[in-house]
Amino acid sequence: MLNKNIYLILIISLVFAISFWIGFNVNLLPTEASINAPIYDELFKILFIIGLIIFIGMTIAVIYSLFRFRKRNDQIGDGIALEGNLSLEIVWTIIPSIIVLLIGLYSYNIYDRMGGMKELNHSHEMMSSNSEKIWAGISQTSDNEIAINNLSIEVSAMQFAFLFNYPKGNFISGELHVPVDQKVSMKMESKDVIHAFWVPEFRIKQDIIPGQPTILNFTPTKVGKYPIICAELCGPYHGGMRASIIVEEESDYNEWFNKNKKPEVNL
Amino acid sequence: MTISIDPQKTNNESLQPKGWLRYFSFSLDHKVIGIQYLVCGFLFYLIGGSLASAIRIELASPMSDFMPRDVYNQVLTLHGTIMIFLWIVPVVNGAFGNYLIPFYVGARDMAFPRLNAVAFWLIPPSGLMLVASYFVEGAAQAGWTAYPPLSITTPQSGQIIWILSVLLLGGSSIFGGINFIATIIKLRRPGLKLMKLPMYCWAMLGTSLLVVLSTPVLAGTLILLSFDIIANTGFFNPVLGGNVVVYQHLFWFYSHPAVYIMVLPAFGLVSEILPVHARKPLFGYTTMVFSIMGIVVLGLVVWAHHMFTSGTPPWMRLFFTIATAFIAVPTGIKFFNWVATLWGGKISINSAMLFSCGFIINFVFGGITGVALAQVPFDIHVHDTYFVVAHFHYIVYGGTVFIIFSSIYHWFPKVTGKMLNEKLGILHFIITFIGFNLCFAPQHWLGLNGMPRRVAEYDPQFQFVNQISSLGALLMAISTIPFLINVFLSVRNGKDSGDNPWNALTPEWLTSSPPPVENWEGEAPLVEEPYGYGKEISERK
Repeated sequence: MLNKNIYLILIISLVFAISFWIGFNVNLLPTEASINAPIYDELFKILFIIGLIIFIGMTIAVIYSLFRFRKRNDQIGDGIALEGNLSLEIVWTIIPSIIVLLIGLYSYNIYDRMGGMKELNHSHEMMSSNSEKIWAGISQTSDNEIAINNLSIEVSAMQFAFLFNYPKGNFISGELHVPVDQKVSMKMESKDVIHAFWVPEFRIKQDIIPGQPTILNFTPTKVGKYPIICAELCGPYHGGMRASIIVEEESDYNEWFNKNKKPEVNL
Repeated sequence: MTISIDPQKTNNESLQPKGWLRYFSFSLDHKVIGIQYLVCGFLFYLIGGSLASAIRIELASPMSDFMPRDVYNQVLTLHGTIMIFLWIVPVVNGAFGNYLIPFYVGARDMAFPRLNAVAFWLIPPSGLMLVASYFVEGAAQAGWTAYPPLSITTPQSGQIIWILSVLLLGGSSIFGGINFIATIIKLRRPGLKLMKLPMYCWAMLGTSLLVVLSTPVLAGTLILLSFDIIANTGFFNPVLGGNVVVYQHLFWFYSHPAVYIMVLPAFGLVSEILPVHARKPLFGYTTMVFSIMGIVVLGLVVWAHHMFTSGTPPWMRLFFTIATAFIAVPTGIKFFNWVATLWGGKISINSAMLFSCGFIINFVFGGITGVALAQVPFDIHVHDTYFVVAHFHYIVYGGTVFIIFSSIYHWFPKVTGKMLNEKLGILHFIITFIGFNLCFAPQHWLGLNGMPRRVAEYDPQFQFVNQISSLGALLMAISTIPFLINVFLSVRNGKDSGDNPWNALTPEWLTSSPPPVENWEGEAPLVEEPYGYGKEISERK
């Protein structure tokens, strides 16, 4: 009996060890290029490790049962008439409940750190005259910061392209240029069907909906060129609906911005 | 017992064709209807599978080069619709439900045999109509979710035929659901208590409640959508002031429970198969019943997790995260109980057992990615990507379809009186299991790294992994060959199975195989311990 328990403990610790090793050493995610990304990857790592423990554990239990309890040729009759075990069943109701609850609270915390729980409506009065029509997205900025130092860009999506309007410079671009380490706030609206704005390296996605502007805020942290991908089926060329986001040093960004800037026309 | 239908039945029987022709007739026999559902579903599975192969051929290269882009969207729409509404839902509910439920409750037929036949005969015409819409003006191309405004702006005839077809299939599903509830509640043999029923009855009771509660919502939604398309109304059309997100709420109010309509019957079937081949009672009967009902209740309040990027308010995201994640608890109980059923048994390693164990492993994997997807911050990155495609194929293919095959190996002797060939069956399992995992496991990585779903072209950096996935799909296509050969050979020259080849204790095995028209020659037996393995002969070990 003692011997059996030692084996069980050994196997369980081995499953934990393997899961932790894989969780910390196998990277399944692309580059981290925004403030959101490392927070996301932290959640991913935890879920990945818990998932591996459960998956490897269950797989071992099934395969072990198939070998250990397989019917040998000389055997007749049935297995033991065990119809249940209430305390065992209570254990495997309560433990998963606790795990699920903890994961839920943890992901709430992650989501809050990403800025997802902030009310967006009040902080964007300057961007929309009809603020109750704005629907939630991800916000990373507090109300004060937005008012002072904020890059606001208007995104319009249509079959099958994104257009980026820089209201302060009075010009429209097909490429999204943003300076590194600065908060960007986007108001997005679709001209026709539902699209989605997804930058895998930023770990953010928000649908772009006709008739209802959506908000997406993010802060890029790494200079480079990343794809903007439409993630919602929008028609035959959906797979080709892509654009680029170029994250550059502030000086490069200003140079680009001033080159494209058009003087305001006063009517 | 079935007092009211007996006189009708004898009347009709003289008019019913005999032999194989009865499978093409408006038969009222629940066993015939069950087989009609199964064979019809399998034919549509072959069509849906061919469409899946076409998708994987297109995706073997990063360019859109195998078929025109709009045809690709029609193919993926038809693939999803056919697999859900014409293969999985009719087979796990209609086929096995019709065949087994009357045996399990000790009845001679379903409660409403005519309604039952109508429910089946709605399927072939609506399925053919759906497939034929391709040849009219092109099939629907807005995905099986048919989100407006895309579904309003794409060619109308295909979308309208799609709506009509799904409405008919939904109607068929509701008729079936009402019939199952009535049969399980009202046609039980005297003395048979609810808590003594085989687990599949409980699964079908829960599933049918979901069908009856949620399918009408889909029907109403699709009727409104068709008004928007043909009568220029503005329920969902933003140009006319409609709200596209409302459609998503209504659609997922049905379509998330639809996932449970596809997996709960599979949970029931595996609960019948495992105890027989492990020679052990089903572990934890009562908790299994409560967890099914828990899944039914929770399954109705989780739909918005499909809409985390649609602009739902924060409180709603939080509620649906917690509700969705909690479904893992009753589901987890069932999986622990199945492993505990295997533990300490005398397990026969045969095709039915292997497919059931494959189901456990695949479904646990799909369940884990499901709990991850329920977390809003996690979902925001992978929503609408290949990660989601991989996740739900682990649930519906790795889960339910594996159980459909397991059930065919298990109940084939019941239906035909012949055994299926075990060697071909194990070959079928090995190719399916390897092909399935090769096809869908790499897709998780694709989604995490930036490949959205429903695309005909993609970033060339993903080509190699997509080709592995396509290779897996090829294996899955090949795996149907040994299965089909096996079925055809065994129907003609299979080994005689006898009445009860597995020595099973559930009531359907306590009659001849194949069973007589009235199910039992005499009175239906009262089975109070459908899982009483190891009881009377415990002194032998």
